[in-house]
Amino acid sequence: MADVIPQNPVTPSGRRSFFHHLIDSERSLAWMLILPALIIVFGLIIMPILSAFWMSLHTIDLKRPGIGTPFIGLGNYADILSDAYFWASVGRTFYFMIVSIAIELVAGVSIALLLNTDFRGRNILRTLILIPWALPITIDAIMWKWIFNANYGALNSLFLQLGIISKYQAWLSDSLGAMHAVILADVWKVTPLVILLSLAALQTIPADLYEAAMIDGASIWKSFWFITFPLLLPTLMIVLLVRTMDAFKVFDIIYIMTSGGPADGTKVIAYFTYLDAFSYLRLGHGAALAYLMTFFIIIMIIIYIKVLKSREVEY
Amino acid sequence: MRRRKPYETFLIYMAALLVAIITLAPPIWLFISSISTQQELLNVPVHWIPQEPTFERYIQIAVATGNASAAIFRASMVNSMIIASSVTLLCIGFGSLAAYSFARMKFGGQEPFLYIMLFSYMLPPIMILVPLYTIMRDLKLMDTRLGLIIVYSALIMPFAVWILRGYFQSIPHELEDAARIDGCTRLGALIRVVLPLSAPGLVATGLFCFLASWEEFLLALIFTSSPAAKTIPIAIAEFTGRHAIDYGMMAAGGVVAAIPPILLALVFQRYLISGLMSGAVK
Repeated sequence: MADVIPQNPVTPSGRRSFFHHLIDSERSLAWMLILPALIIVFGLIIMPILSAFWMSLHTIDLKRPGIGTPFIGLGNYADILSDAYFWASVGRTFYFMIVSIAIELVAGVSIALLLNTDFRGRNILRTLILIPWALPITIDAIMWKWIFNANYGALNSLFLQLGIISKYQAWLSDSLGAMHAVILADVWKVTPLVILLSLAALQTIPADLYEAAMIDGASIWKSFWFITFPLLLPTLMIVLLVRTMDAFKVFDIIYIMTSGGPADGTKVIAYFTYLDAFSYLRLGHGAALAYLMTFFIIIMIIIYIKVLKSREVEY
Repeated sequence: MRRRKPYETFLIYMAALLVAIITLAPPIWLFISSISTQQELLNVPVHWIPQEPTFERYIQIAVATGNASAAIFRASMVNSMIIASSVTLLCIGFGSLAAYSFARMKFGGQEPFLYIMLFSYMLPPIMILVPLYTIMRDLKLMDTRLGLIIVYSALIMPFAVWILRGYFQSIPHELEDAARIDGCTRLGALIRVVLPLSAPGLVATGLFCFLASWEEFLLALIFTSSPAAKTIPIAIAEFTGRHAIDYGMMAAGGVVAAIPPILLALVFQRYLISGLMSGAVK
């Protein structure tokens, strides 16, 4: 914005044309610099987004090549919106999203508060929590699947030895159990991110605020609620935004741990869409599903931005 | 500050211990599984400490030629390395040029493009999967490393541009102006002044690009099928889909695949945390 054009050491007579030349070359250079990035993003993201919309208005069914690809307008959308299976998968997605994010926020802030106090080994612990964060999500998924294993799993053995269960359980074999296992795998991996971000926000809160509160006789709980929490809130809102978008498109852990089962119990919307397009090969229908998914995400982004903006006044 | 009461200190250390255990126990168990014999793995209840630890599986992954799953792991490690490194270089290279232009240069109407970039980063990748599939098929890029490199670059580039733009904007104008008065061109100032000063940002962004391409799953699942291009997440996932799962081999593969990203995160810890902050907040 505040671009500075350096003083040019030319004579007054040549200044004007030089100036124009400078602006022109500046402008073309500016375009040249963004061009490679722009071409790749436009060619492989923006164009496909537009063509996905076009496809979503057609019946494209690779398993029925005989019917061609007739234009059906919003037929795919109408079909999806009246499909009970679709709404069930939306419900499961929201369940996953709300439960996992709630746990991640509460655990993340609590552990950040812990790491913000002074104790020996604090820095080691801060380093350790990078491990789940950096562990690839697919490895997180196989790791937990192995821990939850019904016949040889570590969880069964641990619980049996502690006397919590009397015989091995098939944790992933009922819908709700599988959903909660998937949520656990997500929480374990993502909480460190919430911790790191909250910790960074906590470190910017001046200590004298707490001292003043203490002199005024505020309890620890009160000083958390009236000092820490409001100052953490902007960071938490950002975490909430980023996490909502991520959790809404959860796919990898589901694919590996449960394949959407049992009895569709973990068939979230991304998995539903994946099956539709790449297993049943209903490409037009799948594209419409993906569009609806994006529509949900955009609505959520707008709500968050509205909330963020309305809260800004307080600070 | 007031002194802590003894029971508070006790509670803090207990909580810290609990966090450490929950953080470390699962990956440690993965490692223990990878060095347990097949017989011990299937023991009920489990042997928490293997009686005859064996590194046989790691040796197989490193050198064996006869073992099919070890060979697939090795090939997919190589693929993942090549793909993630190339994507990182492309995104940092082209990304920093674009980010500099967005941060510092004036040319009518760049703002919309910046927001288009940001928007395309927020979209679920599944949205472009169907058309991308036809594009890749037409360009004969299915099941090639090059195909994944291009697609990943497109997906990660907006993120790199966004973050780097923030870093470039934080560098004082005056430094660059001084260099230009001394006769540096725009690009000269970018290379000699802005880039060196943004080194922490470049490292953090590069790290994010690498980690994102290393763990990406959905697109690799659709676009690769053979050891020629298959990445490590796909090789791992295929393991769990089989009927007779070799749990030990799966665990060993998981450990090997987790080492590069974890090592990078630990080594570049400092840059990473400041990068996370700017990435999330800006």
